[in-house]
Amino acid sequence: MKSIKIGVAVILALLMVTAPMAVAGTLQDVQKAGVLKAGVNGGVFGFSMPDEKGVWKGLDVDTARAIAAAVFGDANKVKYVPLTAVQRLPALQSKEIDVLCRNTTQTLTREAANGLLFAHVNFYDGQGFLVPKKLGVKSAKELTGATVCVLPGTTTEMNAADFFRKNAMKWKPVVIESTTELSKAFFAGRCDVLTSDSSQLAAHRSVAPNPKDYVLLPEIISKEPLAPVVRQGDDQWFDVVNWTMMALIQAEEFGVTSKNVDEMLKSKDPEIQRFLGVSPGLGKDLGLDNKWVYNVIKQVGNYGEIYERNVGVNTPLGLERGLNALWTNGGLMYAAPFR
Amino acid sequence: MKNTAPETVPFWLDPKKRAIFFQFITLCVVGLLAYYLISNTIHNLKRQNIATGLRFLDKESSFEIGESLISYSAASSYGLALIVGALNTLYVSSIGIVITVILGTFIGVARLSTNWLVSKLAAIFIEVFQDIPVLLQLFFWYAIFYETLPSPRQALHPLPGVFICNRGVAFAVPKADPAHGYMAIAFLAGCVIVYLIRRWAKKQRDKTGRLFPVFRVSLAILIGLPFITWLLAGAPTAMSTPKLVGFNFTGGKSFSPEFIALLLGLVLYTAAFVAEVVRAGIQSVSKGQTEAANSLGLRPGMVLNLVILPQALRVIIPPLTSQMLNLTKNSTLAVAIGYPDFVSVANTTINQTGQAIEGVALIMALYLIFSLLTSAIMNWYNKKAALVER
Repeated sequence: MKSIKIGVAVILALLMVTAPMAVAGTLQDVQKAGVLKAGVNGGVFGFSMPDEKGVWKGLDVDTARAIAAAVFGDANKVKYVPLTAVQRLPALQSKEIDVLCRNTTQTLTREAANGLLFAHVNFYDGQGFLVPKKLGVKSAKELTGATVCVLPGTTTEMNAADFFRKNAMKWKPVVIESTTELSKAFFAGRCDVLTSDSSQLAAHRSVAPNPKDYVLLPEIISKEPLAPVVRQGDDQWFDVVNWTMMALIQAEEFGVTSKNVDEMLKSKDPEIQRFLGVSPGLGKDLGLDNKWVYNVIKQVGNYGEIYERNVGVNTPLGLERGLNALWTNGGLMYAAPFR
Repeated sequence: MKNTAPETVPFWLDPKKRAIFFQFITLCVVGLLAYYLISNTIHNLKRQNIATGLRFLDKESSFEIGESLISYSAASSYGLALIVGALNTLYVSSIGIVITVILGTFIGVARLSTNWLVSKLAAIFIEVFQDIPVLLQLFFWYAIFYETLPSPRQALHPLPGVFICNRGVAFAVPKADPAHGYMAIAFLAGCVIVYLIRRWAKKQRDKTGRLFPVFRVSLAILIGLPFITWLLAGAPTAMSTPKLVGFNFTGGKSFSPEFIALLLGLVLYTAAFVAEVVRAGIQSVSKGQTEAANSLGLRPGMVLNLVILPQALRVIIPPLTSQMLNLTKNSTLAVAIGYPDFVSVANTTINQTGQAIEGVALIMALYLIFSLLTSAIMNWYNKKAALVER
């Protein structure tokens, strides 16, 4: 009897204690853990994929590395968590990861109903269609009745549905959860069309058995601003991620690269001095080291370097800067002032 | 020991009252825990600004589903999308269960055959399919479809009206005609008649000992009645044949590679287990029974039907039920090869709406209902098949 009474009391006490969950800052949690847990795709060449030596490479990977460099001064302190499109948002919501760098499109629902916040865009994309050349299709409008391979749980899936509905065309989706399984099925001929963000299509084509046999159709049917994502309710951590992205862009605008960043420390320009932490202040406000920008640029490079290294014209993806050029060059990459 | 009045016994010494008391306490603790979990979840979701509730079911889904038994489009609601998924699950698992039981029984009996080759082939089948994880089997069958079969324009054409390509199997079916409705009614009427005949035949046998050829007569009625109806309705023979239009075949009936791969994987895997269950059931009936029946002069078919099966079924049905449940539950692996089953649709819904907890709860509820229904039917059958002690 007594033991049961005690048991009940203990359970009740536990309920009281644990009911309001402790809310610590993500930045402090990350610093304590000594490693940044970043959700990535893991299967898209040029964005996030381990190379043949098992080293993670890609634009999203470099974004995560930049955040780690800002927080720890060491870009290698990242633990990559490969996630499917369906897993990614719950993984972030449930704190399995600290930041999601997984070509995720910013949408109203994801911010307003899913409790997430998108930092500055790291890649402006749009949805396209990849088809085998031998199909002889010249425009997406000719795809009536086509079988289309598409990833589940993506904005892509809904855009495709909207596009075919708008044009009153019949179609048949084949929805496979794993990116690799899906592209395997497409290149084996299970579908007539593979639809996704055009950067991803370029990535898939670059690893196809015979890349020259496939063409991207001219239509771009959507806006896909891809950005790193964090949970709502932790403004400090959002600032860290957001301003790390901006620092990458600002560095390119200033002409600060991983190669010349040491010389730039001696620059007489007060803006660059402030930016690189030579005159202190900006890092402290974020809860970071004053040299955080220096660490980021030294170890990861500026946005232009990251772009050219992973997806630029000299890579297998061969993507022009386009919308992803600096605003000074007619693109959309624009950072707020560092002051 | 004088006659103590019952009310003087304190309630903690009365085992009956004590039992009720403890059960009440346990119930309270469980209830409190459930309350804590639910309220804590709701509180946390609110704190993270994540929407809750089932209101999303009415919203437009705006995603397409590859195959559907009912009319569905991207303009339909999430609720309808989930129903499509549930029907797809029901479709593949009910067809799967029927084929599995037939195939499994066949192989289980073959495993006991006195023919060396037959029994060894059955053994190989069982060992191979039982020992390979079902997910790998699914990938294997799916890959066979899209890797080895030609594109629709070069589709294999083994029989008139049948096309096999990497988009699936398409075949000709009779064109929709009112006669089909009448034939279905005739078939149902046939079922009722067969049931009555069987009852009458059993009574007749018990009374006079004379046997009536129930099986042959039933078969004749079940096939004959719809056939006569078809003739009376003017014998419509129009067929709907699949034709290559644009990218794919239209017309006729077709099964997608995802459906076939899933069905094949599930059936072969589960049939191996069912075969073992059937074998165990038959072996549980002692050999003396067969010998006794034989010495009474019963034919082999009657020995199986009247002596062995009624006793073996008692052993077979409970594990068979659990294999049926396994098949239904394993059908969730459809996600891996792109068959739009309930989990696949619910996953997409979860991702588009961000309401993971509600979605997962719906998934659990649906499989619980499917499993409980299967169990209920099988338990009813088990009671019927159980040995009636006289």
